[in-house]
Amino acid sequence: MSSPDPDLQQGFDAHAPWRRTPSVVLRPEPFGALVYDFGSRRLSFLKDRALVRVVEALDGSASAEAALDVAGVPEADRPLHLAALGALARSGMISPGPLDSDAHDRAVAS
Amino acid sequence: MTVLESREQASRAVPKLVDQFEHGLDAPICLTWELTYACNLACVHCLSSSGRRDPRELTTEQCEAVIDELQRMQVFYVNIGGGEPTVRPDFWHLLEYAVSHDVGVKFSTNGVRITKERAAWLAATDYVDVQISLDGATPEVNDHVRGRGSFATATRALANLAEAGFTDAKISVVVTRENVRQLDEFQALADRYGATLRLTRLRPSGRGADVWDDLHPTAEDQRTLYDWLVAKGDRVLTGDSFFHLAAFAPENGRSALPGLNLCGAGRVVCLIDPVGDVYACPFAIHDQFLAGNVLDGGGFKQVWQESSLFTSLREPTSGGACASCSAYDACRGGCMAAKFFTGLPIDGPDPECVKGNAEGALAARDGVTPKPSQDHSRPTEVLLGMPGRPTSLTAAPTATGLPDRLCNESPV
Repeated sequence: MSSPDPDLQQGFDAHAPWRRTPSVVLRPEPFGALVYDFGSRRLSFLKDRALVRVVEALDGSASAEAALDVAGVPEADRPLHLAALGALARSGMISPGPLDSDAHDRAVAS
Repeated sequence: MTVLESREQASRAVPKLVDQFEHGLDAPICLTWELTYACNLACVHCLSSSGRRDPRELTTEQCEAVIDELQRMQVFYVNIGGGEPTVRPDFWHLLEYAVSHDVGVKFSTNGVRITKERAAWLAATDYVDVQISLDGATPEVNDHVRGRGSFATATRALANLAEAGFTDAKISVVVTRENVRQLDEFQALADRYGATLRLTRLRPSGRGADVWDDLHPTAEDQRTLYDWLVAKGDRVLTGDSFFHLAAFAPENGRSALPGLNLCGAGRVVCLIDPVGDVYACPFAIHDQFLAGNVLDGGGFKQVWQESSLFTSLREPTSGGACASCSAYDACRGGCMAAKFFTGLPIDGPDPECVKGNAEGALAARDGVTPKPSQDHSRPTEVLLGMPGRPTSLTAAPTATGLPDRLCNESPV
């Protein structure tokens, strides 16, 4: 995939809360991170440090969009990040919410 | 493995993954750990020349310390082999220790210890993959290289696993001239046991060097294998083993074979041998590829991150004699170990180069090839009731004194 593709975001709700699947771990590397799912044994790569920050921010955020804000992703890069999150969702690396209580509190406060 | 590449072209600053990997990672992605040189079999092509236990093999405590370190380095899983790892009396303990310390385990076995009870235990244990070695889809072809009765042992293990509800065991096949026409039969066998087929490349490593000329796939066989993988290989694992075949891919596109198509030695993979020596890859057990030992002061981490050997393997390579080849970007010169143990220069073509570029160099060799630095093969005579090592591929199994029934006792 070389450009933002609307199809890639199909079924991925950027306004919903997402979290890293519990069986999934990130390992930082100079280029970004390795993502490994102990459940499915799938290995993926996050090829961008900003994307790593986004995935790390998911757990504490009320939505994928909010995680992009936390990670400081510029407007122009958001479609690419959302496409990457869509791919992670399809491969089971990230899963739909629920919010943890802290994030919920923040969401309510805002 | 899958690659999230959505950023690749948007961020010009981010090079391709394969280029990143050439510089090495903070920890290996995939680490092979051979727990013992002891084995109840004596396969003619054993890449680690296994047979007898080495008295210096790591103790249980030393193995636990290695696992602790792998956990700290976030090595997600290890491929455990040998030898036959399950003949180590502490094998099942170490397996439990690893998975409870976030280090998943895939272990290779000939199946000798996969009883019904053990299969049930495995089915109830998370993060464990079992890989049963089988080098023929029929007893005749398999037992010719792995020893008499080994087909029956392997298929009994597969049946036990399937019966116990262990899903998705792997059938691991080293592709040879003798079994390359059995690929459909292997797939059928895998389907029968609810298993996944895994095909890997015969390397001229260990005892494999002795039989490589007779067993390695011919040029025609390689084409057969490549075409089969392209047509039917969707569900088949290859461990990125056949990247030298990537040169078959049409030059206009990417390789039709999935994977990194890169020699990962010392960059993304390495081997820890039974005595704790760390080699660049499982197929390179030779002093020239020995980076250090896990018992050295800095442990495995220091060997991986700082050894001079691994540092040099992560330096950019020019491609040497292959640099001008149109397929160089696809195969990157092929397998370092295959070149080394066939006596070819490391910066030249792979001995099985599909463009035929190694033929001249192979013909011009002086006959002297490097020998592995470890040889734990049993003598050809029967020793303590253990099967002897077949003296040649053509010798009848009975001539080597192989017993009718496999010994179930630990040879250690």
